[in-house]
Amino acid sequence: MSKKRPLSFYLLAAFFGLFVLFLYGPFSAIFLLSLQGPEGQLTFPMRGFSFYWLGEVFQQQRVGDFVSAFQRSFLLGLLVMAITVALSVLAGMAFRSKFWGSNLIFYLTISSLIVPSILVSLGIGIVFSLLGIDNQWYSSALAGHLTWTLPFAFLIMVGVFNRFNPSYEEASRDLGANDSQTFWQILLPLIAPSLIGVGLFGFTLSYDEFTRTSLISGENNTLPLEIFGMTTNVTTPALYALGTLTTAFSFLLIGVAVAAFQLLSHRQEG
Amino acid sequence: MKNWKNIQPYLLVAPQTLVFFLFLVIPIAAILMVSFWEFTGYSMSPAFTWDNYAAIFSSPVYLATYINTFKFVAIVWLITLAIAYPIAYFLAFHVTSLRWQIVLFLICTIPFLTSNIIRMISWIPFLGREGVLNQTLMALGVTNQPIEMFLFSDFAVVLAMVHLYSLFMIAPIFNSMMRIDRALVAAAEDAGASGWQIQKEIILPLAVPGIAIGSIFIVTLVMGEFATVRLMSGGQSSSVGYLIRTQIGSLQYPMAAANAVILLLVTLLLVFGILRAVDIRKEL
Repeated sequence: MSKKRPLSFYLLAAFFGLFVLFLYGPFSAIFLLSLQGPEGQLTFPMRGFSFYWLGEVFQQQRVGDFVSAFQRSFLLGLLVMAITVALSVLAGMAFRSKFWGSNLIFYLTISSLIVPSILVSLGIGIVFSLLGIDNQWYSSALAGHLTWTLPFAFLIMVGVFNRFNPSYEEASRDLGANDSQTFWQILLPLIAPSLIGVGLFGFTLSYDEFTRTSLISGENNTLPLEIFGMTTNVTTPALYALGTLTTAFSFLLIGVAVAAFQLLSHRQEG
Repeated sequence: MKNWKNIQPYLLVAPQTLVFFLFLVIPIAAILMVSFWEFTGYSMSPAFTWDNYAAIFSSPVYLATYINTFKFVAIVWLITLAIAYPIAYFLAFHVTSLRWQIVLFLICTIPFLTSNIIRMISWIPFLGREGVLNQTLMALGVTNQPIEMFLFSDFAVVLAMVHLYSLFMIAPIFNSMMRIDRALVAAAEDAGASGWQIQKEIILPLAVPGIAIGSIFIVTLVMGEFATVRLMSGGQSSSVGYLIRTQIGSLQYPMAAANAVILLLVTLLLVFGILRAVDIRKEL
């Protein structure tokens, strides 16, 4: 590339830089403020430096029950992830062939993205209360989360299968493999890197979901609900420390997913 | 064997469709039903009455809430579009290596995989009474006492929503722009088109599907908002989502359901309006 870059490149690059600052600036502020000393406040300047507030998060009586809310959200995220991956792979495979009613099902799936989240929460809440079933994070909230993760996963899988070369499967059948062998030994390994993406999506969308859980979490809060509750009564940097910890966890997950993706796609090339 | 091939797609798609039937279709039908029920002061009872709808349309407070929600939708849509278009254009056309495109796009994506609530909280050190913004303004002599309006205001609500949702606009526009045949742009350049003409005649029209999908996301996300409105306005501003949440809090299910039905209808109307411009199935 010896071509001289136009002025617009530098202007847009500067704009992009500002946008990244806008995205990450606020977060770096709470990261710094969560590392203050015990006399720390909610705003700059930083007062001292310590891990006091990070430790404070685990003191149950000070900031609510963070640990068990985290455990619930973590388990719920895993459940949502497993169900999302399994169902979206199946549905994606169905959409490789044109079948009667496929348009209807396609639009039903998409419509789940278009319905405002609060309606899903309200509707599931009403159904459960009409049927006399208690709301729980592992029943009603799980259902609400699936209506949000499945459409994304489904769209990704349809895209993946659109680009999938069917000659691998044909070769496998020509060599005498049956449908299930072809699926487990050929198709699944080939789409595995995409499944990591779908899984990460499923987990994080669930782990961070607020609105769809808000009316139907039952008696035990998920982590985002617990944090939302804390915003009204916690006025110490413990709130930021909690933010730092959960965000660090999200970053860790993204890192693991990226590493797994690289490993799997590298294996396919090699 | 022929039969099996015919029935196979239905079996494959059945589990996912069942989820949507049970947890999307039936709940919305239930909302519709309950919106005609009566509220007896502490619980709901089956009935067929238009009273809930009449109450909404005759109340200036409710109507103001709807208008306030539309206002948030319009402002957030405009700002996210103004940000997303140049960002997507920069990534798709000015960044020339695929590796860098992926890296820069991931940099934009990562914050969206973290908690919305945390991202809202993270504005407190900036916007608060003793926040960075006020301190800066006071140091510059623009104002000599802190401005209260930054946090707990409509300004804060819009800022946080733009912060939360701009990726939903960037990603589809970026996707559309990546599909534009570079030869078109080169041909236009050779024919002597100016940068502005290339934008207007080639890139913008071909980015329309992405803009449409992004707009659908923004409309849907902002229409049903209540957490951001509640947290960033400190309860001083309202939205239909927040209204529904409050009514559920006082067990007024029929009123909440009627509001939800209107909210859904308005959202669908907007979405269908946008869809007339684009066939989304072509975009996958």
